[in-house]
Formats: sequence, structure tokens, C-alpha cells
Amino acid sequence: MDGSDHPAGVALDPQAIDRLMPMHLCLAPDGTITGCGPTLRKLGGDGLAGRPFFDLFEVRRPGGIAGMADLSRRAGQRLYLALKGQGAAGLRGLAVPLAGGRGLILNLSFGVALLDAVRAFQLTDSDFAPTDLAVELLYLVEAKSAVMEELRQLNLRLQDATLAAEQRALTDTLTGLRNRRALDEALAEAIARRGPFALMHMDLDFFKAVNDTLGHAAGDHVLRTVARVLTAEMRQGDTVARVGGDEFVLLLPGPATPPQLRAVADRIIGGLTEPIAFEGRPCRISASIGITVATGAGRPDAATLQAEADAALYASKRAGRGRATMFGA
Amino acid sequence: MHGLINTAIQCFVRDTYGAATWAAVMRKTRLGIESFEAMLGYDPAVTDRVVAAAAFVLRRPAGMVLEDLGTFLVCSPATQALRRLLRFGGVGFVDFLHSLDDLPDRARLALPQFHLPLMELTEHDAQRYSLRCRTPVGGGGHIMLGLLRAMADDYGALATFEIRPGAGGEDVIAIHLAEEGFAEGRRFDLAAAVA
Repeated sequence: MDGSDHPAGVALDPQAIDRLMPMHLCLAPDGTITGCGPTLRKLGGDGLAGRPFFDLFEVRRPGGIAGMADLSRRAGQRLYLALKGQGAAGLRGLAVPLAGGRGLILNLSFGVALLDAVRAFQLTDSDFAPTDLAVELLYLVEAKSAVMEELRQLNLRLQDATLAAEQRALTDTLTGLRNRRALDEALAEAIARRGPFALMHMDLDFFKAVNDTLGHAAGDHVLRTVARVLTAEMRQGDTVARVGGDEFVLLLPGPATPPQLRAVADRIIGGLTEPIAFEGRPCRISASIGITVATGAGRPDAATLQAEADAALYASKRAGRGRATMFGA
Repeated sequence: MHGLINTAIQCFVRDTYGAATWAAVMRKTRLGIESFEAMLGYDPAVTDRVVAAAAFVLRRPAGMVLEDLGTFLVCSPATQALRRLLRFGGVGFVDFLHSLDDLPDRARLALPQFHLPLMELTEHDAQRYSLRCRTPVGGGGHIMLGLLRAMADDYGALATFEIRPGAGGEDVIAIHLAEEGFAEGRRFDLAAAVA
């Protein structure tokens, strides 16, 4: 070929060819294997030399290579081959003609099946040409596996940590309000202070209908809007918690008369009765509220107070929804 | 600094001296954490504090602690992956020594953000070599010293080592190789058993 930097007709002794290409085959014009590199001898046992190439190997791609004439036509192209009877382990190959029409030399490598081959044939570093990156590939496979295992362990630990953090969290992620846990803490604190406070239990009316007809995205939008309305009514020191799907609890420390509490509840209900727009469509809800008051006399317990607020809430529901009821009134 | 180095110290102290000793080392560092993550990054100053705290708690010079760490990395069952990765460097101990020049590049192939100290091997004759280590962590050359001793055993080579400070804060390890094929060495198969 013009432009080649090689002196014409490079002659190499067999040892040099073995070292350069430990996986080569020399094929006579009739397809008989006349020579074979040392690594390939490990794969084929001693029975390669002298046998017909196409008895031992199959050329998988390109298709239609069944004899030396076909193989000669594909000289210089990448070939995918396999040793017959060796399962799926594939080889890559490149055939080039020998000078003077004395057949072909076919050089092989393992390609991506390298790891399986190294394992199956107990190959060592010296089975590869020093220029071959096979050992580097094995190194990378192991390094990658070690790193992946570390990362997997790290992910497991992070997952545990996230879970633990969620369990300690005090915020409802959807609305940004406090959650049940935070309410329990605030209620316990209010009881311990023995000060007067009010507890309002609120349940949305017709919320299920919004979810069912407009979907969960609409439902989530409504819940966030409710959270804004509630937050607008709250003073510093008040606690607003979402304690269930559409259930909210308000803890209002400080003295307050039943009319004052009713007024707060009515403002909230009034705010929530306004239609909430979601993607151009109105979502109509309302709210029922039950209120109880801890006067600070005696020592109320949290469960009793919550049961009182709950009972008042159900009184509101029974009385037709969209209203507030004081416990014991 | 990559967490791998801090985790290596952690693994070494825990496995060799127990969890209580490691807890004492971490209290001494006053970092406010109990353990390191191999795949996270930390300030290089953290490593220096851990090494100093370990030396204090173990009542040994920092250099000796680091040398033991180097040996541990090759010999411990917990870090066999590392020993194998090192063995990929060469067929024999001399081959391995020459591969140390490539070690930082090899490490970056696996972990792009992991920067190992630069190492440079000089061959004086077939028996005498010197390895210069430019480590960002003080005393990093001592880790290499312990690691080289253990790798020589791993390859079955008979060699002696001596460390001395070089110019510009680098460590120089003088290596005298008495016999490369002194003993059988530990077996190394290119393909590890499937994990």
C-alpha cells in the first residue's frame, strides 16, 4: 500500500508472532490450521494445529462465511467468531492474507466476554500481549464493582438516615403545616404549662368529592389553600397541624371566650366556603369545626381534650356541616 | 480529600484495636462525627486530625500508625479488593514497583475525583530503587512504606525498605530488593471469584 511506513515484506520468526499476537491462527489456503498462538492453545487444547479451521470455529458475523474464499473476501474486516462447543463465549477476529498466497493469518481477542474467558481458561497476565488492555479491563471491572458496592452500602445508610429523619420530622410535607407529632408535643407542652388554651378540630366537608371528580392534584391544591387560610387566622404561638387526610387541629394558647373562639371558627369556615380555583375549575368545600377549652383548672389530659373536640366536631357534622360547635354547649 | 483515606484509617483502627478505641479517636478529633463515608469528600485537614488523634490514643508515633495502616490495607480480609487492584499492577514485584508511577492514574480510572499522591520510581540498579512520594497528607510516605512491605510479601519477594524525608516535604523510600522470587507469594487469579 502506498504511504505505508513498513519496509516491504516484514519477516517475523514464530516466537515474535506468538508474543505480538498470542491468539493468532495461521491458516493454509485449504483452511487447515498450520499454526496457533500460545493463548489460543490453552483454549483449544492441543488439538488445533492440523485441523480444518471451519470444523473448530464458526464465524457468526458477517453471515455467510463458510469457507476460505469467503474469509479471504472479508480480510481486513472485524469478524465475530466462536469456538464450536464453547457455549456463548464470543471472539473477535481480524484476518489478513499472508504474502505469496500462502493463506491467512487470523488474530483473535476476547472482546467483552473477556472475564468469562479468563475464568474458564485460568488465563494470566502473560497470556496477553503487553500492549493488550485486557488486564486493564479486568482491573476496571473489579474497581467498578468495589466502588458500586461502596455506593450501594452508602445508599442503604442514607436511606435509613432519611427514614429516621422523617420520623423525627415535625412538618407535614404537603402543606408545610405541623404534623401529628408536632401537635402532640405542643399539646403536651400546653398542658404542662397549665395555662388556658383552646383546641379546635376541623374536618373538611365535600373534600372527597373534589378528589373523586377533579383528581388528587386538585385535592392537594385544596389542602394547600386550606393551609394558607388557617395560617392567616393564626397568631404567634398558635399551632396549626394537619393530622390526617383532610383533618386539621388548631391549638390556641391563652384565654379566649366562647364567642371569640366561635368568631375565629366562623372566619375560617367563611374563608374555606369561597370556591377554590384549580386549573380554571372551582372546587367547592366547606369545613366543620369542634372546639373545646382547657381552663387551666385541674390537669386536663390530651386524650380527653381531643375526644371533646372530636365530639363537638361530630355535633357540627350532624347539625348539617359548615359550622362550629363548642363542646358542652 | 476523598473519604476513602479516612475510611481506611477508621477500618484499620476498628478492626485492629476495637470499636471503643475508634470512638476514642473520633472524640479526640472533636469533629462531631462518629465515622466516615468512603464515597464522600472531606477537608484534607480532617485526615491530619484523625491521624494525630489515632497516634495520641494508640500512644504510638504517627509514622508507625500509618505504616501499620499500609500493611493492614494489603493484608486485611476487609480490604482484599484493594490488594487485588494493586496486584493488577504487575506480574512480579519489580513490575509492580514500576506500576506505582501509574497508580494515581489507575485510581482516577475507578474514581475520577480521587487524587492519590504522585509517586515516582527511580531504578538505580536491579536491586536498588527509590520511590518519591509527594503526599498532601503529612506522613503519607509511611502508608506507602507499610504497603510496600506487605506487597513484597504478597509477591514472595525479599526486600528491605527505609524511609527518609526528601526535599519539599516529600518522602523518599529506599528499596533494596534481595531476591524477587524468594518465596512462593500469594496466589493471584486475574478473574476473582464472582462476588
